Amino acid sequence: MSTLLTLRDVWVEYGDKIVIEKLDLDIAEQSFVSVVGPSGAGKSSFLRLILGQEAPTRGRIELDGTPLVPECGPDRGVVFQRYSVFPHLSVLRNTMFGLECPKAPLSGRLFGSARRAARDEAAAMLEAVGLGDSFDLYPAQMSGGMQQRLAIAQALVQRPRILLLDEPFGALDPGIRADMHALITRLWRDYSLTIVMVTHDIREAFTLGTRVLALDKRRHDPHAPHRFGATVVYDLPLDKPVDAPEDKDHSITIDENGNN
Amino acid sequence: MRWVNRQVRRSDRLMLGALPILLLVVVYLLLAVSRHAENPADKILPLPGAMAESMYGLIFQPDQLSGQLIFWADTLASLQRLGLGVGISTLAAITIGLALGILPPIRATFGPLVTGIAVIPPIALLPILFIALGLGETAKVGLIVVGIAPVMIRDIAAHVGELPREQIIKAQTLGASSWQVMIRVALPQAMPRLIHAMRMALGPAWVFLISAEAIASDVGLGYRIFLVRRYLAMDVILPYVAWIALLAITMDMILSFASRRLFPWAHGVGH
Repeated sequence: MSTLLTLRDVWVEYGDKIVIEKLDLDIAEQSFVSVVGPSGAGKSSFLRLILGQEAPTRGRIELDGTPLVPECGPDRGVVFQRYSVFPHLSVLRNTMFGLECPKAPLSGRLFGSARRAARDEAAAMLEAVGLGDSFDLYPAQMSGGMQQRLAIAQALVQRPRILLLDEPFGALDPGIRADMHALITRLWRDYSLTIVMVTHDIREAFTLGTRVLALDKRRHDPHAPHRFGATVVYDLPLDKPVDAPEDKDHSITIDENGNN
Repeated sequence: MRWVNRQVRRSDRLMLGALPILLLVVVYLLLAVSRHAENPADKILPLPGAMAESMYGLIFQPDQLSGQLIFWADTLASLQRLGLGVGISTLAAITIGLALGILPPIRATFGPLVTGIAVIPPIALLPILFIALGLGETAKVGLIVVGIAPVMIRDIAAHVGELPREQIIKAQTLGASSWQVMIRVALPQAMPRLIHAMRMALGPAWVFLISAEAIASDVGLGYRIFLVRRYLAMDVILPYVAWIALLAITMDMILSFASRRLFPWAHGVGH
């Protein structure tokens, strides 16, 4: 598999506080990378780097061989723990957002046949994440699990090169989390996605990932703890059977009501 | 049962709400009757009959000088000024507030100016407005705008500025430009807040309207109240004040209804 994302000698510093030091990393296409580490070890900074929300102080990041612009773009999708759907749009309109913006620079809205095409594409994606019968709901009317499904559909409809997940299932209760694990694994396989997921949950990291990265500080100076940054201290490739057996039933909900 | 847990049924709520108002009316009537018993020509607390009589003249009989129905001319003039003032302020709030809230360079450039204008007491600017704009309609509308627009702009800017960063980032990963983030993410979410800001601004807007009319005008609700004050005509002042209250309540209810109707997602649509 070819390398999709390359980080070379990347440093992130805020003033004299070093958050990430000397990070060298290659992320292969179609891998599912879990990132774990203690709080304050730069997991979020790492994600923001790839997302383009902030630029490295030093070093170089390349996506597909081209240097990454330090600004978010449609080639990188993201799902945050919260607030990643738009409360003022219905489920369907939320999903169509990504299809409408690039094609309608002035109004941000599509009309006529272009709108119908976008609607159909969004509807198909919503079916795929199990929101097939909730098109007209507003996010406030949905549970946390459904909102995260929507956030995933919203990101995937854009066909991003890389999908970034920032503790996406952290706020969900355990049963629903298991559903979401099955969903993301299926989507990852079906759409050949490349995923980078930051999580607090070690078990989740190992169940879902094909590779687990642990970020932490290599050195620690008790008199100046901020002078050493975090980097990858463990890099564990997990050998998973490539053709894992497909889920037995096709439903992505495990309870019978399917109302998570 | 603790008082914090006592829920009031809808029918009871209407009755309880009417109670203090009725009580006030009864107290007024008692006082008025007792004053009139001592002095039948009392002007300070007029009886309902006297109020109805003088209001009948203002509402239905054309003024001998101008030929206008004074009450309606006053109402129309005041509502026009108020509408223009609030309308211009609302337009300014949504455009300037949106830009200030979402575009950091604009906020850095114009934020201090807006804050500076907002802390000036608007009445202190009234002489400047009169000098610059004359004594006509423009100055009165101008006072309302100067009085409420900065507060509304700051409210909208703050609300837009507090939109979760995640949403702005998400929109960009979905291919949105700055303009699209403004009109598709920030603007719709600022709209319910804008209506809220209008409701909050209506109170001060009335204050500035009445002030401007009291100082220099020849028609308007505020003008009439201050005019008849010279004759201690409480039989006109009290109905006018009640009419202003009624107008204000109606506007507030219309705005509140519109917000719930147009933006149901912002009003906790049921789970």
